[in-house]
Amino acid sequence: MGMLSERLKSLVSNNKKALVAYIVAGDPEPGVTVPLMHRLVESGVDVIELGVPFSDPEAEGPVIQLAHERALVHRVSLDNCLEMAAEFRQSNKVTPIVLMGYLNPIETMGYENFAAKAAGAGVNGTIIVNLPPEEASDMTLILEAKDIEPVYLLAPTTTDERAKMICKASRGFVYYVSLKGTTGAGNLDIDDVSEKMARFKKVSELPIMVGFGVKDGPGAKAVAQVSDGAVVGSAIVKLMEEHKGNLAKLNDEVGQFVSELRAAID
Amino acid sequence: MSNVDGQNENLFAYPDESGHFGQYGGKFVSETLMAALQELESEYYRLRKDKTFQEELQRDLSEYVGRASPLYFAQRLTTEAGGAKIYLKREDLNHTGAHKINNCIGQALLAKYMGKPRIIAETGAGQHGVASATVAARFGLECVVYMGSEDIKRQSLNVYRMKLLGAEVVPVHSGSKTLKDALNEAMRDWVTNVDNTHYIIGTVAGPHPYPMLVRDFQKVIGEETKSQFAEQHGGLPNAIVACVGGGSNAMGIFYPFLEDREVRLVGVEAAGYGLDSGKHAAPLNKGVVGVLHGNRTYLMGDTTGQIVETHSISAGLDYPGVGPEHSFLKDIKRAEYVAIDDKEALEAFRALNKLEGILPALESSHAVAYGLKLASSMSPDESIVINLSGRGDKDIPTVAKLDGISID
Repeated sequence: MGMLSERLKSLVSNNKKALVAYIVAGDPEPGVTVPLMHRLVESGVDVIELGVPFSDPEAEGPVIQLAHERALVHRVSLDNCLEMAAEFRQSNKVTPIVLMGYLNPIETMGYENFAAKAAGAGVNGTIIVNLPPEEASDMTLILEAKDIEPVYLLAPTTTDERAKMICKASRGFVYYVSLKGTTGAGNLDIDDVSEKMARFKKVSELPIMVGFGVKDGPGAKAVAQVSDGAVVGSAIVKLMEEHKGNLAKLNDEVGQFVSELRAAID
Repeated sequence: MSNVDGQNENLFAYPDESGHFGQYGGKFVSETLMAALQELESEYYRLRKDKTFQEELQRDLSEYVGRASPLYFAQRLTTEAGGAKIYLKREDLNHTGAHKINNCIGQALLAKYMGKPRIIAETGAGQHGVASATVAARFGLECVVYMGSEDIKRQSLNVYRMKLLGAEVVPVHSGSKTLKDALNEAMRDWVTNVDNTHYIIGTVAGPHPYPMLVRDFQKVIGEETKSQFAEQHGGLPNAIVACVGGGSNAMGIFYPFLEDREVRLVGVEAAGYGLDSGKHAAPLNKGVVGVLHGNRTYLMGDTTGQIVETHSISAGLDYPGVGPEHSFLKDIKRAEYVAIDDKEALEAFRALNKLEGILPALESSHAVAYGLKLASSMSPDESIVINLSGRGDKDIPTVAKLDGISID
């Protein structure tokens, strides 16, 4: 069992909800990322999703797309993301890091090479947005050999049959994308989330985290009440965009925001 | 995985059940799109055999699009090349002026049968957008077209045309502000509005089932070519030449000939400023295997896996990926892929005007340029067919500008 699974298991057994935070590596510039990761942990984050910048982030809304573009101005590559993870890992041995991104940079690096480098950098899991379990049989074996846990997505439109397959393929947790839209879109419908969670819980042995549409304390609280935890991405990235001209303030604002989310879900 | 030489395989058996052409194709999309793709796939498999659907499609192809398009023996072009006889498949004579309408009619009918009142499309040069807006008007569907803001500047005529047809044109400001970004944005719209919306992808790329269904709607080009050539000339042509951006016109004319192994199939990519300049759109010649827009295929990527910006004088070929079936046909060596640069394409554009009185699209001019070279290397008792995929009215401002003439 990997570090990701262990951490989530211990949260569940202590009746605690998970807070997962997403940032794009290298946004708004490379030096920001590692200190911010530490700040996220200090502010109460249980798992860090580190976004790998990609030129064509198909499933992201405008806020996160722009973050990818900001990072790519600095030519932040998958290798750079792994370097950041390794640097973070030097002083933090306990907070799981999940790399979140698109397949092509990994395909270009080569699956074996990627798995070896990621394991060496202290990465614990992956969310590859455009790699559904059906296309992932090679990848899964290679990742698991290195104790890296692949997390797969559930959507509101996912059928029961697919949900079963996805939950079986996933490790650590399953990520429920609560809106039909892209990241950062629209408003959260808690009744709908609650209904879907009841359905997916029947087929999942893993904790289910809810993301896409969680924007504030009350939203995170509502989501955490009906699931195993909340993923917050666009709201953090938006704060980072607002404060990209003042990096000290950026760190403080994000830390403050995340503390509020932590307080709301506990 | 398929055997690599492909000699003993039935090439009509692709894609396989999971949407793969050998190692290419597939469904590399976010879970949010999966249900929509599965619905499209099962509806398509059903309608493909549905007599009413097929009859309605055939009627529209003949009465609305104006099919069959002529196969034309180009005597003066043949003389110019001084080798094999050159035939042109005149897709430029279709309604809206290109082969794009074949696919759009098919997919708009699909939308109608699936009960989706809204269609969306991405467009580069605007040809697929115009064709989509046209069929939306024809079937009374709401239509939204995504177009890169750079392309909107370059193609104001087509933008206005789409608006006249009642479509909404949404500028896309992300990334390189061109076709690939428009495609990303259309996918995002589809994820959000999948209940009432069908996404008409304009080429044989995207996630399964798109490469298959777009090919199926375009294969009418090759079917007609086969029977017209047999009637006019007898037998089979020695070679077929078509330009390849995403590759839908090429796939459409190649497909019915896949098992006629004696017929050479030649795809012509855009070499832009030259294959060694790095500024081109020729992933089958100079690209790498990767995953983009829902499928595994050859694409233009850098050493870190980012998609790089492409260049071609022809906006319709200016795309970093290519349909997965072309990648497959390249690897098994059933088709060959060459490249023609901007300058050569322009020369062919001018030549076809002067020699045959035909104004080709800059995209199709790439096929004409290579066709001329190929024909001149062959003997007069051989024949080739060049797919003239579209007409070039839209390109007149581009070419005139190169001549120092401004026509607004």
